[in-house]
Amino acid sequence: MAIFPPQANVLMNAALLGTFAGGVLLLLSIWVVPVIGYNTEERFAPEQPIPFSHKHHVSGLGLDCRYCHTMVEKSSNAGMPSTAICMTCHSQIWTNAAMLAPDRQSLAENISIRWTRVYTLPDYVYFDHSIHVAKGVGCTTCHGPIGDMAMTWKAQPLHMSWCLSCHRDPAPHLRPREEVFNPHWRRTPSTPSGEELMAQYRINTKNLSDCGICHR
Amino acid sequence: MAFASLTIALAACDNMANQAKLNPYELPYGSQLRWPVMPPPNTVARDQPLKAPPAPPITVALLERGKQRYDINCAPCHSRIGDGNGIIVQRGFPRPPSYYNETLRNASNQHFYDVITHGHGVMFSYADRVEAADRWAVVAYIRALQASAAATPADVPAGELSALQ
Repeated sequence: MAIFPPQANVLMNAALLGTFAGGVLLLLSIWVVPVIGYNTEERFAPEQPIPFSHKHHVSGLGLDCRYCHTMVEKSSNAGMPSTAICMTCHSQIWTNAAMLAPDRQSLAENISIRWTRVYTLPDYVYFDHSIHVAKGVGCTTCHGPIGDMAMTWKAQPLHMSWCLSCHRDPAPHLRPREEVFNPHWRRTPSTPSGEELMAQYRINTKNLSDCGICHR
Repeated sequence: MAFASLTIALAACDNMANQAKLNPYELPYGSQLRWPVMPPPNTVARDQPLKAPPAPPITVALLERGKQRYDINCAPCHSRIGDGNGIIVQRGFPRPPSYYNETLRNASNQHFYDVITHGHGVMFSYADRVEAADRWAVVAYIRALQASAAATPADVPAGELSALQ
């Protein structure tokens, strides 16, 4: 009497193949799935209550980022504009536009507009807009070509490796302070080098990649 | 067993990402409040002065701060040079008066400060956007704009005239 029935070979091969496929799937789920754009929501523009266009307001009209994001230079949060800020102009311009109806309703009922978040950080990450802006990191460094976005989409994956790539070597990402809010700034031959800007801003990379810098 | 430990591990991840702390614009779970949440009446934020600060002395730093805040908050309507023909006006907003007219030349500094604080006509209050100290800086810069209208080439320091041409 045979110990193994005739179909044992097939079962054995299937088991080997299954183990191998399972291993590949596990590795994919750990190393590949989290970084593909679908999961990091890169280049994804969520729907918003009002189809607000940065392209129109920033590149078209030339409004400064800080006209609406008033707290960005002194607070961790850049600040979402209050309905009053929208209404500063839209109480007189486009007063009957259907797409601005949520704005008018918000003003009438005194309930803020609920925008859909584009950039979300987990609660174990401490991020402060004001220090980045003060040290010469421009808006477009993290927010991509925000001044040319019709609908706002996420330009960076927000992986820890992405944060660290700059915290370990900030020089290539720095610009002169007066250009931080310029959405179309490009480095020119007359721009001070990253190393010069590091010295000017007194950026010390010795502690910049410590855990406690972002996790506190 | 492996599945159970993976589930626990994933659940733990989520707990770390959503901690029992409030982020900006977040309200306590089940709260009846809704944004905008206003401070209780008769309270002053810790970083705000109790009453309007007096006008500071005019310095180059103050004027530069004023220019920066003016270009952000005022220039869209009043234009970079203050003639009242900013981009928003070109798109249909009622035109504000030019800073160079007789009335505004003779207006007091306090008048400009009060208009920034309380608004004027179709202009909204900018009290929530331009801090009290910055309002004085903007007033100083408006005064500098007005003075520049009457300037002649003789007013420019000798070495810097060529840079302007």
